[in-house]
Amino acid sequence: MIVYRSTRVVNFAQGELATFSTFIAWWLIGEHGWPYWAAFFLVLGMSFAGGVLLERTVLRPVERAPTLTVVIVTLGLLIALNGLSFWIWGGDEKIFPSAFSTRAIHVGGVAFSIQDLGVIGVSLGAVALLYALFQLTTVGLALRAVASNPDASRLLGVRVGWSLALGWGLAAALGALSGMMYAPGAQLDPNMMRGVLLYAFAAALLGGLESPLGAVVGGLALGVVLNLLGTYVGFFSGDMRLVGGLMVILVVLLVRPAGLFGRPLARKV
Amino acid sequence: MPALLELRSVDARYGAVRALHGVSLEVEEGSIVALLGANGAGKTTTLRAISNTVDRSGEIVFAGTRLGRRPPETIARLGIAHVPEGRGVFPELTVRENLRLGTYVRRDRAARREIDGMLGTFPRLLERASQPAGTLSGGEQQQLVLARALLARPRLLLLDEPSLGLAPLVVRDLFELVATLNRDQGLTVLVVEQNASIALRVAHRACLLEVGRVVLSGDAAELREHESIRRSYLGY
Repeated sequence: MIVYRSTRVVNFAQGELATFSTFIAWWLIGEHGWPYWAAFFLVLGMSFAGGVLLERTVLRPVERAPTLTVVIVTLGLLIALNGLSFWIWGGDEKIFPSAFSTRAIHVGGVAFSIQDLGVIGVSLGAVALLYALFQLTTVGLALRAVASNPDASRLLGVRVGWSLALGWGLAAALGALSGMMYAPGAQLDPNMMRGVLLYAFAAALLGGLESPLGAVVGGLALGVVLNLLGTYVGFFSGDMRLVGGLMVILVVLLVRPAGLFGRPLARKV
Repeated sequence: MPALLELRSVDARYGAVRALHGVSLEVEEGSIVALLGANGAGKTTTLRAISNTVDRSGEIVFAGTRLGRRPPETIARLGIAHVPEGRGVFPELTVRENLRLGTYVRRDRAARREIDGMLGTFPRLLERASQPAGTLSGGEQQQLVLARALLARPRLLLLDEPSLGLAPLVVRDLFELVATLNRDQGLTVLVVEQNASIALRVAHRACLLEVGRVVLSGDAAELREHESIRRSYLGY
């Protein structure tokens, strides 16, 4: 959503960037005995830098190219990163440590694990930080301006290229964050994020590609719906939920492409 | 004294199509120069050549500096504010946020306070300060982008067809404002206009473009009386 909001292009390599970053974290913590939080923040920083670097090298030549070209480039990135992950770390699953204990606490008769709460807390914190960035800082304002009208932004002295790079850096760091939050509950292998990518895309579409609130609401709504479906409608469990995600994408695009919170986009012809 | 802006034999093209052929003109500091001509004459292209938002060649010198291959962002930071055709409003951002972006090129802290001052000068904008800019009327949007450009404290203001789509009274007020700013603050303006009569009333000098070439240039008062201008552009 950040990359889309900053650049109006959906970055398909997002999931792979997240997986790659998570692998690096695993490598640091598992193989080299780094303390969790040290590795966590280091990987966040590296992902940010990596995102910036990627944008400046791979995306820059196609900055002015038609959207389809850029989409193909991000798909290419997805494949390349996926292959690279396989090549470096192999295809079998690794165990990724959790930041939080897996103890359960009981609130009002429902059991939550500290880990789930921790993940939610971190996610909410990240969203809040991003919101503050976009709405309250000059840098955030410039990012929004570039997303709104890059040509007018140039005329006002905004360095559009670096704004795009910043958007990518943020997205990469966020991806790394989500990867490291997600991995403890799943298996860490190069395909880890594929399902997440699908759900994330569905959630973002559902909420409206431009609205951070929409992304959160979309994510929650999607999670609830898919889980309910899984429990109450027999064949919708496990991997079939991916189909549910696909269906959501289809329905949203057909019925209300702008999503719940997005604004319908009209392009002048 | 050398002019603030000089174009020497500037060519510009859109892909394979040449839009400007050897355009040369000068803008003295503290003056208002009007660029006139029919649709497609190359007026907008000339402004784009200055801000480097079109493929161009030839020499453009601003305040003694050759603009060369500097990107538009850098040219803006040199003190040239270009208000483009179509205005260039950020519709999803509020009026106040649009204005804040006008101060982007400035380093000084006074900039933020000036936003309020600017809103004071434009009461219609003050009323709508927290509204998304896309909800403003055409005239209000034109005021917004003018205010935004002025907040950059430019040395040179490039105005592209400010009258487009606006009612005559609104246009008159806008040009009066530009004239006042020029008189009181010495703001240098290069304005592109199809509405020749109002442009010539406000400008000191004017250039007439036809099919990408300068065919006439001189004192605004003289051009107003000139035979071909009267016939083709002023209608009498």
